[in-house]
Amino acid sequence: MSLSTVEVVSTEAPAETPGVGGIEGRSPLRLVLARLRTDRVALASIGVLVLIVLLALGAPLISAITGHSPTVTNVDNGTDANGQPLPPGTGGFLLGTDNLGRDILVRIAYGARISLLVGVLATAIATVVGVVVGLFAGYFGGWLDSILARLMDVVLSFPYVLFAIVLVSVFGASLPLVILVIAFFSFAAIGRIVRGQALSQREKEYVEAAHSLGAGNLRIMFVDILPNLVAPVIVLATLLIPAAIIFEATLSFLGLGVGPPTASWGNMLSDAEGVGFQAWWFYIFPMLFLLATTLAFNLLGDAVRDALDPRTERIFAGRRKKKKPA
Amino acid sequence: MLDVVPSPAPAAGGEHLLRAEGIVKHFPIKEGIFFKHQVGSVKAVDGVSLEVRRGETLGLVGETGCGKSTLARCIMRLFPLTAGHLTFDGADLSTLSRSQMRPYRRGMQMIFQDPYGSLNSRRRVGSIIGDPLAIHNIAKGAERKKMVQGFMEVVGLNPEHYNRFPAEFSGGQRQRIGVARALALRPKLIVCDEPVSALDVSIQAQIINLLEDLQGEFGLTYLFIAHNLSVVQHVSDRVAVMYLGKIVEVAEVKDLYGTPRHPYTNALLSASVVADPDKARSRDRIILTGDVPSPINPPSGCRFHTRCPKAQAICSTEEPILKSGAGDSASHLAACHFPVADGEKIASGKATILHAVEGFLAEAPK
Repeated sequence: MSLSTVEVVSTEAPAETPGVGGIEGRSPLRLVLARLRTDRVALASIGVLVLIVLLALGAPLISAITGHSPTVTNVDNGTDANGQPLPPGTGGFLLGTDNLGRDILVRIAYGARISLLVGVLATAIATVVGVVVGLFAGYFGGWLDSILARLMDVVLSFPYVLFAIVLVSVFGASLPLVILVIAFFSFAAIGRIVRGQALSQREKEYVEAAHSLGAGNLRIMFVDILPNLVAPVIVLATLLIPAAIIFEATLSFLGLGVGPPTASWGNMLSDAEGVGFQAWWFYIFPMLFLLATTLAFNLLGDAVRDALDPRTERIFAGRRKKKKPA
Repeated sequence: MLDVVPSPAPAAGGEHLLRAEGIVKHFPIKEGIFFKHQVGSVKAVDGVSLEVRRGETLGLVGETGCGKSTLARCIMRLFPLTAGHLTFDGADLSTLSRSQMRPYRRGMQMIFQDPYGSLNSRRRVGSIIGDPLAIHNIAKGAERKKMVQGFMEVVGLNPEHYNRFPAEFSGGQRQRIGVARALALRPKLIVCDEPVSALDVSIQAQIINLLEDLQGEFGLTYLFIAHNLSVVQHVSDRVAVMYLGKIVEVAEVKDLYGTPRHPYTNALLSASVVADPDKARSRDRIILTGDVPSPINPPSGCRFHTRCPKAQAICSTEEPILKSGAGDSASHLAACHFPVADGEKIASGKATILHAVEGFLAEAPK
């Protein structure tokens, strides 16, 4: 390599910036994490979610410590003399019992497992399917796009509860079916965004450059275009998780999701139907957990979007800034 | 360390590395929501024939929208040709499918105009330059990294910047990344699509010097597209002039700049910037009136006749072919019925604001 590039190097190569990351560029992911670390709403949401994950993971432990099973009815100890549920704090039941004498706390912990499992798994499936469908539709265009885009429109305009009722009546309620139904109705949301982005990305010159290097369509789609779509996909996926959790709760509430005696936040609320003000703990606690989880995921999703694209207006930015000097 | 790459198949196809015959690229214009039907076409490239000799630099000039870049993409087979034949290194590429094209891409590469858009901003420099090596299964892992860093050094980048992102480089450095990527397959031909027009003037010279150094080092052949006539004069051995999808004149650099035959070439050259202000003030300019006609509906006959100061009746009916005029060398071809003779003045005056206004008023509807 006896090239006369030496003088060229000296004119243009920048002085090495000292300090961390002088050689290695900071990846977009690390920049996002750095921005998230300064976002208090995001940190609080992550804190709440960590607690709920710990609750879900520790469900058997809670069950063992309290000695209460999440499913076995416990009419002898768990209800009062009249057969009514025990209020919070009585008889060793921190959050009270339900009408069958089961510990609400233990059931909420087990319900958290279902909710998180459904939320994450359904979203993961929906994201993978949505990204693949959206990329194919947007990148190839033409008749393939027409078919896939119309398919997504149909899915988005479908009365999903009716569809779920039909499916459950045919196959019977089960967890995998719930996950698949939710994934099926969520993938189009991601697919549409990915399609739109892929449509604009495929016209970029870097795609032409990859083409001129001999890259195949699949390589261009997944190695070149996909990294440019990560931001919107992550945001949307984070926001789909709470939607999936609510969806599961809705299905379970209607008796179309996770069936009894398995605990799920949705069917706990369903069980509490009609108890009114007498046993408020019966529905208040599952509701609070459902609310906390979905709110935390939604706020985290907003924060991730802010971190990925600092130009968008931060929803709570004004309030947070005002608080600081006080 | 660069010798690791096996060079492409031995020379075939004789003196010409690339031969394009009657290349046509029309982009259809479609209308309708459900049932699309073609209502016309943009005739971006309309019958271009040219040869690129081994080891030379062929400059391609023309104003914006004349089809230079489309021609480059036709030659790179980035989209199917409407018609025409393309022979590269003895192989006919004109009808190959995308996957059939892949092995030939090792022999021809492209440098793009926009150093920002042509690099994927989400990928690290090492993976961008290593992309061709990965696609063609040339090297993997540590070996690939070593080769990529070798190429980075060759183009004047710091090999330690392997893991940086394109956004962390200046425009000139980014263009070096593009050059390194094009070089990684050790191609014979590099199509440079306005490689310096997006760069600062001071950086342009560096990139041009780099390209010239690389040509000597790697025995490259360039098809160099630009609209800056001085740059083209500096880098090229031969120059082709394009107007509205056609080549109007091809010649050795000294012939084209010394005795341009086509009125359009004369007009182009008279419009180029002269460094000496006294000369610039005293010289005559050929002022073309009107705009470039639409490539959707190009003029009949000679496409330049609508703006040509020498146009006569035959120009609008009969299309001139590229031929060598009397007294010119055999390599000097011009497509004109009335080529400009030595010393002939076709200038229509000096460039003044007044002239532009007159031209505008003449064009304006009464």
